[in-house]
Amino acid sequence: MKFKNNAVSLDDVDLKILQALQEDSRQTFTALGESLGLAHSTVYDRIRRMEEQKVIKNYTALVDAERIGLKTITAMVTVYTEPKETERVAEKLAESPEVLEVYTSLSEELLIIAKIVAASQESLHDFIANSIAPLPGVLRIRTSIVTKKLKETLFSINNGSKGLRL
Amino acid sequence: MSTDPASKALGNVPREKAFYFFTSVGNYTGMSAASLKEFMDRVNDVNAKSLEFHLLRGDFEKWVEDVLQDKDLAYEIKRLQRFNLLGDALRNQLRAVVSRRYTRLAAQGSSLHS
Repeated sequence: MKFKNNAVSLDDVDLKILQALQEDSRQTFTALGESLGLAHSTVYDRIRRMEEQKVIKNYTALVDAERIGLKTITAMVTVYTEPKETERVAEKLAESPEVLEVYTSLSEELLIIAKIVAASQESLHDFIANSIAPLPGVLRIRTSIVTKKLKETLFSINNGSKGLRL
Repeated sequence: MSTDPASKALGNVPREKAFYFFTSVGNYTGMSAASLKEFMDRVNDVNAKSLEFHLLRGDFEKWVEDVLQDKDLAYEIKRLQRFNLLGDALRNQLRAVVSRRYTRLAAQGSSLHS
C-alpha cells in the first residue's frame, strides 16, 4: 500500500488492527490480540497511538433510520456559485444539520456537491429554497432525489488490498 | 416605514424574503424577485415550468400574501389555479393579473403621496 509522503506511517500490524476494527470496533484488546496473534498490550499501544495521530478519527454507530421508523429522503444537490463565493457557500452549507456531506469540485465550472437528508420532499424544498438559494453568490441549484441506495460505506482499509491505489 | 398597502406591496423585501423560482423540488433557476416589479419581470422571463410548479403548490399566493401583504393579489393569483393553464397561456394570464395590480397600486401610491 502506498501513502503520501506527509502521511502517518503505518506498518502491517497497524493495518491489520485497523481492518479488524473496521469490521467490529467493539472488540476488546484481548480479542483483537488473539485473532491477530498479538499481545493485548501491543494492540492497546498501537490503537492509542493511532487515535492520538488521528488515524482513527472516532468510533461511531451506523443507525438504520428505517428500522426505528424514521422516514427520510436523501438528495444530492449541486450548487453552482460565483467563483469567489464558493468557499463561503460551502462552509455555510456545512453548518446545517440537514447537510450530511459537502464537497467542492472544479469540473467545467466551480461547484458544490452536497448530500442532504430531509423528512419529506416538502421540507427538502423548503430547506433549499430558504437556506441555500438566498445565500449570496448562488447562481442555480440542481437537485437529484435518491430513489434507491445500492451501497453506502466508509472508506475501508481493505480497499488497499483490493486494487484501490493509495 | 409606511403602512399603506401600496407601499408595502411596491417596496423591496430583504434577500431572505425574496421569491426564488424553482422548476421542481430543489431545482433553482437562479432567478429571484424582491419586489412586485421584479416579480412581474421574472414572470416574463422565467421558464414556464417554474410558473406551473409554483402555481400548483400555491407558492405565489403565499409569498404575495405573507411577504408583500397583498391579499387581493394573492386571491387573484389563487383563482388562476382553477383554469389549469400551462406554459405561455399561464405566463400571459399571470402577467396580466400582476401587471394590472401593479399599475393600480402604483397609481394609488402616487395619489397618496401627491
